[in-house]
Amino acid sequence: MLPLERLVESDRVHRTVYTDQAIFDREMANIWEKTWVYCGHESQLKKTGDYATVQIGRQPMIMVRGTDSRIRVLYNRCPHRGVQLCGSRQGNTGSTFVCSYHAWTFHLDGRVKGIPLSHGYDGTRMGPDNPDCSMKAAARVDSYRGFVFASLSAEGPSLLEFLGDAKIAFDDMCDRSPAGEVEIVPVCHRVMQHSNWKFFMENQLDALHPSVTHQSTGIAAGRVERKLQAEGRKPPLYYHYLSTFASSFDQWDSVQTVNFPRGHGILKGYMGLRPDDPDTKEYVAAMYSAYGEQRAEEFLGRSIHHVLVYPYLSVQSPLQQLRVLRPIAPNETLSEIWHFRLKGVSQAIYRRALWYFNLVNSPATMINADDLENWTKGQWGLESDGGEWVSFHRNHGGDTRENGITYSNNGTSEAVMRSQFEAWREYMSETAP
Amino acid sequence: MSTTSKLEQRLLEDVVIFENKEAQKTGAQSIAPDHSPRQALKGKPLPARSALTETQTAASLQQHVEQFLFHQSELLDEKQWAAYIELFTTDGVYWMPVTPDQTEWLDSPSIFAEDRQMMEIRMGRVTHPNAWSQAPQWGTSHLVGNVVIESVSDTEVSVRSRFQMMELRRDTTRHFAGTYRHTLRRVGDDFKIVLQRVDLLNGQAPFDYVLQIWV
Repeated sequence: MLPLERLVESDRVHRTVYTDQAIFDREMANIWEKTWVYCGHESQLKKTGDYATVQIGRQPMIMVRGTDSRIRVLYNRCPHRGVQLCGSRQGNTGSTFVCSYHAWTFHLDGRVKGIPLSHGYDGTRMGPDNPDCSMKAAARVDSYRGFVFASLSAEGPSLLEFLGDAKIAFDDMCDRSPAGEVEIVPVCHRVMQHSNWKFFMENQLDALHPSVTHQSTGIAAGRVERKLQAEGRKPPLYYHYLSTFASSFDQWDSVQTVNFPRGHGILKGYMGLRPDDPDTKEYVAAMYSAYGEQRAEEFLGRSIHHVLVYPYLSVQSPLQQLRVLRPIAPNETLSEIWHFRLKGVSQAIYRRALWYFNLVNSPATMINADDLENWTKGQWGLESDGGEWVSFHRNHGGDTRENGITYSNNGTSEAVMRSQFEAWREYMSETAP
Repeated sequence: MSTTSKLEQRLLEDVVIFENKEAQKTGAQSIAPDHSPRQALKGKPLPARSALTETQTAASLQQHVEQFLFHQSELLDEKQWAAYIELFTTDGVYWMPVTPDQTEWLDSPSIFAEDRQMMEIRMGRVTHPNAWSQAPQWGTSHLVGNVVIESVSDTEVSVRSRFQMMELRRDTTRHFAGTYRHTLRRVGDDFKIVLQRVDLLNGQAPFDYVLQIWV
């Protein structure tokens, strides 16, 4: 592994940050297994004993709702011989975790409940009073507006300090509900990326790629949209979700990115979700009566396309979609894709988010398929000796920095990647515990 | 001093594990039953047998439907997208739900949920020269079987079948399988698809993406 200052320069990075196993291992130890990682949403766990398994770095964890209705995050490991206690992705474990190997049982907060023939431990170092007999818990668990995070390190910034201005991702999502809350739709699409996790994070705020990568879908959707209009029919709003991908370079260049400390950021761009129809009018009226006209307009008028919580979360808050990365290897990344329902809105408003989810985020997506192709080929390219550097020179020196926040003055500025790698270098330079 | 070793002694011990059924629960029995995340299997009815009797007419309807399904598969394998879309009625729908429990497609997530306009977008997209993920192109081979006619009326026929599909792209072979449920409308001597429901067995496995075209 090259020294950090040689891996990351202000306008380029060395290719091995995408390919090297030692660098990947250090990322897991220094970033994922230390910082706050998104686990799930409170509404995923409705009843006592509801659980979902979640990967934090290299650690298999269980997020579970306890008998006191608190949510805890525990290592998915029996303290006896190491066997995982939950073998499903989600379920209900009742009031107890039970090991399938020797029937050790645990309370939902991880404390050991029962050991068969426990007198066998009399006079040994192991016994119900020894904390080593209980399941190990994540050092810290916290939530923000229903979104649950865990940190495997007792030290470090609080969740709100970690999120910083990127907490707007969750505010923007919830504020669009007259009740101020969202509820998870319990369907998770899992997409395997045959590429380093950084490809995804860079791509999400990369405003130059859509009209290139997604042109086939944008053009095909635009053609059918115009055909329906010519026939005097009104194309559904979701066709437009697809056709806008083929907008011109100039148009994409006019949107802006805002880059926060710790690598977080926003791709601006108002999504135009207020067509003039009765459903929208009803929704806006509900928002007005919940928040008053001024605040409601502020919530509905936010110019946000995506928010990134670095290094693993992409939130499309105006449409209540969320994608979270679970890196597996330098060239293998699992993404989990969820969407949420605004509480207190009509089915018609929910359908807008749902149909975006179907079109853009389903495993048969006509959008992300072309992204995945880029990232796979990108990974292959960077594994070669055809060049040593990855270029982030576009508009280098042309961004504006105020109070630690970097504003791109062109939407297509590679400020996004430069900002992410600034954070990456800081994370990676701290020595692992 | 005995010449029998400790190990041999142990092996000679007369241990009765199941001496008294009431006395000692086994480890598994001692566990409270409420831990199980599994639900009892719901009382699902057995798959229906063919609604047809063994008459000449019945056999010819069965053959007719099978030939229609085989033709549909061939259109997919031959990448005859326009002809494939033409198999659907003007209000026809191609639907791949996320789970087999789903009963509607407007208000719950789907993998595919497409009317003819959306199918036209998909066709336009995969045939565009800059559909990057479609180059190199892939090949597929479908097999359709277990064709069961579930109900018959003067206007419509409901058919259940199973499919196996292999896909090859670059050096990677992928294998998909599942159940088709076709609602076919009688149009003259032929059929049009009102609804093709596809329950893909491995649609929720983590692929880079499932498919870019209909299964």
